[in-house]
Amino acid sequence: MIGKPSRIELRAAPHVRRPVGVEKIMLHVVLALLPIAAFSVWQYGLSALALMATVTLACLLTERAVNRLSGTASTLSDWSATITGLLLALTLPPSFPLWMGAVAGIAAIALGKALFGGLGHNVFNPALVGRAFVQAAFPVSITTWVPAYAPGRFTSFIPTTFTLPLMTPPDISAWAKAAVDGFTGATPMARWKFENVLAAPSDFLTGAVTASAGETSALLILVCGLYLAARKFMDWRIPVAVLGAAALTAWAFHLFGPQRYPDPFFVLLSGGLMLGAVFMATDMATSPVTPKGVWIYGGLIGVVTVMIRYFGGLTEGSCTPS
Amino acid sequence: MSLLSIFRRKTFARGVHPASNKSTAGTPLRRLPFAPRMILPLAQHIGKPAVPIVAVGQEVVRGQLIARAEGFLSVPIHAPVDGVVEAIELRPSARGPWTESIVIRTYEASTQEVRWGTPRDMDALSAQEIIQAVQDSGMVGLGGAAFPSHAKLTVPKGRKIHTLVVNGCECEPYLTCDHRVMLERTDDLMLGIRYAMRAVGAEKAVIGIEDNKPDAVEAVRAALPADGSIAVAAVETKYPQGAEKMLIKSALGLEVPAGGLPSEVGVVVNNVGTLALLGRLLPLGQGLTERAVTLTGPGIKRPGDYWVPIGTPLRHVLEWAGAEDVSEREIILGGPMMGQAIASLDVPITKGVSGILVFDRRAVKAESDRSSYACIKCGECVQACPMGLNPSMLGLLAGSSEYELMGSRYHLGDCFECGCCTYVCPSNIPLVQQFRAAKSVLRQRAEIAKAKIEIHESGERFDFGHAEGEERKTGGRRHPVPETKG
Repeated sequence: MIGKPSRIELRAAPHVRRPVGVEKIMLHVVLALLPIAAFSVWQYGLSALALMATVTLACLLTERAVNRLSGTASTLSDWSATITGLLLALTLPPSFPLWMGAVAGIAAIALGKALFGGLGHNVFNPALVGRAFVQAAFPVSITTWVPAYAPGRFTSFIPTTFTLPLMTPPDISAWAKAAVDGFTGATPMARWKFENVLAAPSDFLTGAVTASAGETSALLILVCGLYLAARKFMDWRIPVAVLGAAALTAWAFHLFGPQRYPDPFFVLLSGGLMLGAVFMATDMATSPVTPKGVWIYGGLIGVVTVMIRYFGGLTEGSCTPS
Repeated sequence: MSLLSIFRRKTFARGVHPASNKSTAGTPLRRLPFAPRMILPLAQHIGKPAVPIVAVGQEVVRGQLIARAEGFLSVPIHAPVDGVVEAIELRPSARGPWTESIVIRTYEASTQEVRWGTPRDMDALSAQEIIQAVQDSGMVGLGGAAFPSHAKLTVPKGRKIHTLVVNGCECEPYLTCDHRVMLERTDDLMLGIRYAMRAVGAEKAVIGIEDNKPDAVEAVRAALPADGSIAVAAVETKYPQGAEKMLIKSALGLEVPAGGLPSEVGVVVNNVGTLALLGRLLPLGQGLTERAVTLTGPGIKRPGDYWVPIGTPLRHVLEWAGAEDVSEREIILGGPMMGQAIASLDVPITKGVSGILVFDRRAVKAESDRSSYACIKCGECVQACPMGLNPSMLGLLAGSSEYELMGSRYHLGDCFECGCCTYVCPSNIPLVQQFRAAKSVLRQRAEIAKAKIEIHESGERFDFGHAEGEERKTGGRRHPVPETKG
């Protein structure tokens, strides 16, 4: 090696690292969301697919635009914007007009994430900021539900999907009634709250209920969450705390008023609680870092969700649809 | 013993599980030929540097005392080879700065035989005499700390030691020298444990061995004395199991108070390598001239465990192990979690070096290619920190230079820099590196504060405010720049 200058690498200890980086964790969350997304497409067809693609694309483009503005390298490869897009799309009704979905995606990344300084600095889950934004902006569209398993869902779109930007979407109650006989347009939570009708647990497990795209199969969400927890890409304590506290609170109410309050099983399976507990509450940047803090945080989410459902104006109470 | 204890592994809370990579565990310890020149830094232990008692040009024999201890917290140094003292001068050291070292030119016909030492009857010695004998042997903690062993065996006044904990964990990945010593020098180890127990007045001893070394557990168990005073505890394989406080918790279930010493709970901890060598050296009255070193890593062609003479230049060892080309490689003295990367091949193997780890180009690239992110508050570091600290918060505070707060509210002083937080961090944040820097800032501030008080008390007038004002006038420059005219 004469004449060739040798260069020794110098680094401070530790010299080895766990082979798990941010991008790997995020990629696995994306992978865990894919089966849920696929199931949603199976239930609602082309419109659900188009909505998911639109929202995610809006998130990615906004993230890239923010990178350009701030002169930093692209952060798309950390997969976090993809997660925001997919999660956000899963909390929206499948009939949600695409342009509104794009607004939600842009709001999620721009207001929920970039404004605070990007990944790790956000104080709210960006997907929920996006949802809250369109909740306030488009209160009708975000509560317009369509039936699952409508015939012809893979050949035609729901009429509202291609509403022109800034236009009011057409009324689809006639379309929905025609598509599925006896469709009421109410979510199981709303039916329980306003009509005192309880959906059968089996309907939740198979997704035969009316709801936003990604909250209809509690079982599938649970399985995907178990995968993440088993691979240690997610803190298992959070969903356990959220679901446990929600079940305990609901059980206490059910004990005192079995007629007025549903059983804990219904509470766990309905609404966005499962999606919220497994994928929303576990957002790393906005959840506590110490195990003790995580238990308190998860427990409060569970209790508050049930309280809002029972006593608040919003039917679902969880961080997903109202 | 309850039924539960059969299923519960002896361990401590949190910690990490790095890949062990202990590929050299199966091959016996070998010897290394002498290097043509040996370099013996006078400060290769914690405490005051030794004082040379040989002159340039003087002939020395292997095992001869060449530098004496300076005070209590210091140890002597013995010649590792037959040869002639060539120089006593500044030489590069692993930590960076050049340090005063004795350089010996080796006689080529030198034998491996140690011809210096006064055999002694160990049974006749008192505790105090054993401690003196340990100091005379030049022994330091061979686990990597290089803290003088006799100082460790000296029990602080008013404390009583009930148990000697013997550290055979070797929790650092890649390292296997302690493992080999336990297998090959089991009888020496038992002798050393006996001497140390007598020195500290302990009635019991527990040897903690990680359960990934079942052969070592077996070998040591087979050599245990019949009186039951020494026991073996197979502890969970988890980093940093070999840290004093962790091992005390795992083996005995005792917790050392924050900032305290093991002696506060009646325990003294010693490394197996240290005790095995004491068991051999003390009866012969010899000094420490060689130690077991693991040579390993993807950048080494002939890995293995070796008895390396203290003072052998690193370059000589690497050439012997088939790692001549060091370009773009990382060379670490010690283990991968707490070891020291070195910048020069001319540094010698000192008493505290337990391993030489060479990472090749591929391993180096894999590490440097990792992307860094902001803290995503995943909490992995909190669940890894064996001291129960919040590295995530400490890291954020370090980022905004809130060093005082790190020390006062977030217990920075309890961090012993094991590196678990940095190991697990998915954002690639150099947490432990920041903590080291923060600690040194706090140490410096404390020293300055102390100096100010001393000056104040001595009645000397020294106007700090004035000096700071001067600095402000010159725009914060330490050396005023002369104005240029024209």
